[in-house]
Amino acid sequence: MDWSYILAVMVTSAFGLQAIVFGLAAIGINIQFGYTGLLNFGQAAFMAVGGYSVAVVVVEFGWSFWVGVPIGIIAAILLALLLGIPTLRLRADYLAIVTIAAAEIIRLILRSVTFKELFGGSDGRQAFADGFFALSPYPDDAAISIGPAVINDQQLWTYTVGWLLVALALLITWLLVRSPWGRVVKGIREDEDAVRSLGKNVFAYKMQALVLGGVFGALAGFITAIGAQNVNPDVFKTDATFFAYAILILGGAARVFGPLLGTIIFWAVFQGTDVFLREGIDAGLPIISLMDGTQAAVLRVMLVGLGIMLLMIYRPQGILGDRRELALDAR
Amino acid sequence: MPDSTSTSGTRHDEAVRALASVPRVPGAPKPDPILVVDGVKRSFGGLTAVDVQHVEIQRGAITALVGPNGAGKTTFFNLLTGFDTPDTGQWLFDGKDLAGMPAYKVARLGMIRTFQLTKALSKMTVIDNMRLGAKNQIGERMIPAILGLWKSQEVAVTEKADELLARFKLFEKRADFAGSLSGGQRKLLEMARALMTDPTMVMLDEPMAGVNPALTQSLLEHIKDLREQGMTVLFVEHDMDVVRDISDWVIVMAQGSVIAEGPPDEVMRDEAVITAYLGGHHDKALTASGVSYTEEASQ
Repeated sequence: MDWSYILAVMVTSAFGLQAIVFGLAAIGINIQFGYTGLLNFGQAAFMAVGGYSVAVVVVEFGWSFWVGVPIGIIAAILLALLLGIPTLRLRADYLAIVTIAAAEIIRLILRSVTFKELFGGSDGRQAFADGFFALSPYPDDAAISIGPAVINDQQLWTYTVGWLLVALALLITWLLVRSPWGRVVKGIREDEDAVRSLGKNVFAYKMQALVLGGVFGALAGFITAIGAQNVNPDVFKTDATFFAYAILILGGAARVFGPLLGTIIFWAVFQGTDVFLREGIDAGLPIISLMDGTQAAVLRVMLVGLGIMLLMIYRPQGILGDRRELALDAR
Repeated sequence: MPDSTSTSGTRHDEAVRALASVPRVPGAPKPDPILVVDGVKRSFGGLTAVDVQHVEIQRGAITALVGPNGAGKTTFFNLLTGFDTPDTGQWLFDGKDLAGMPAYKVARLGMIRTFQLTKALSKMTVIDNMRLGAKNQIGERMIPAILGLWKSQEVAVTEKADELLARFKLFEKRADFAGSLSGGQRKLLEMARALMTDPTMVMLDEPMAGVNPALTQSLLEHIKDLREQGMTVLFVEHDMDVVRDISDWVIVMAQGSVIAEGPPDEVMRDEAVITAYLGGHHDKALTASGVSYTEEASQ
């Protein structure tokens, strides 16, 4: 067992690409679900819209990467409007149903043969991020090694921009939720009729929350596309949405830094168990070595499920959450 | 705080004088109506919940809306305040047509309602509940909220909220979660929060429901106080003692329609009202009504 290797993987995962991507996605869900009470189960679609915008703009139209960014944001806004207009006037569960279905529809369109010319079908799109890396201030030979793991100059630039976006998203969240705007959406989360009776346009607030959270989802899409130098429809499966939810609940919903803490811990543990199990198999540890590598990969997803269940039972407010707010539900 | 401990506040006298000459018939025209309702009808499937031909509410008075369970009082409230949409009908509030207007716009025009099941936002603090009520807050718009342009207005809003909380004896609770308040205190908070919007007309849906007797009196005084401050009050209530104590005028609904109107004492002697409350066959043998039930069931 190479413990230093396991530790290095945990550290690089905690602050790596996935942590950034799902951190951003979870910050978006925090605004929607955590503060406003909107069950957006289609965050993967917003990520896909962002990722594919930069990819398609460069690969298919030959435009600059930086044209793709505003297009991605606008597309995410339009998607939020499209999903929100018919559903936000209805009960909350309808939004959940519509968003999860819409996310699958979008993924299936992206991977369809009909649109293979545009989106690349199941192969997706590659090599579109040169415009992004061209702005990198880091020299080509820049590299950081954490134990056996090495982060090259491109990764370094991606992580820098990624964590800056996370910081920006957190700052916007923090500024909003402490303002009267935040007070209104928290009121909506609890009882929208009460807020309506005080003269607030509840529909408009829900729409704003959906749009803002969706834009954060699109930012997550940009980073995942850049980091992997690749967009692929199967990256944006429903799993992506639920990973983001797991992160949010782990860290603490309706807490500004909940998604940040959640994403760091989640990815450290998630990738940590993976290498631990693999190392354990190689080292012939009892019980663990009964599995092969493929089974170990499935087991850790099961462990995530188990972890979320235990969390919901014993600490539903997450790490940073306030128990009082939850306990007050019953009269 | 104006002295309003006796029923005979100045505004009360004014209201009684103004309503003295109003005929005691359903839909009677009022000298200075703030709300005029015409032909409002709402049915759920085959059931007509509300069918109000014409009714007027006097400005500056406390009007009680009473009636047996299922008379359509709360539905009527929901329709007037935009929380439900009638099949037909129109109603003018201060001369403005409210038909088809969403609830939040109705509230912005100054017609504020409370709910039968109190909607204090229990996971928010008492003071935040209050601040939420204030109108035209620049910080409730997204961009100014991010830019932090709301700080000075927040101070003013908080000041106003604290004054109201003091009046409603909730000031000590200002930092507590609203969920920790008693049922009566929640009713007080809901009323105080409604006042944050500077309403012209306050619609209270069963303000006394679930309130312990110790708070009832204080709540009644607060309602009378609204009138003394020039607001119009329309409230739904079951407790006839309460109705008699505070209302200047009573409107009785039964089976969706207005069946009687008048000052409290007169209305309570009205034959149609007694019939609506106690049933029309109370002088006959019980078997007679038993027969009619089976007849209805067989239809």
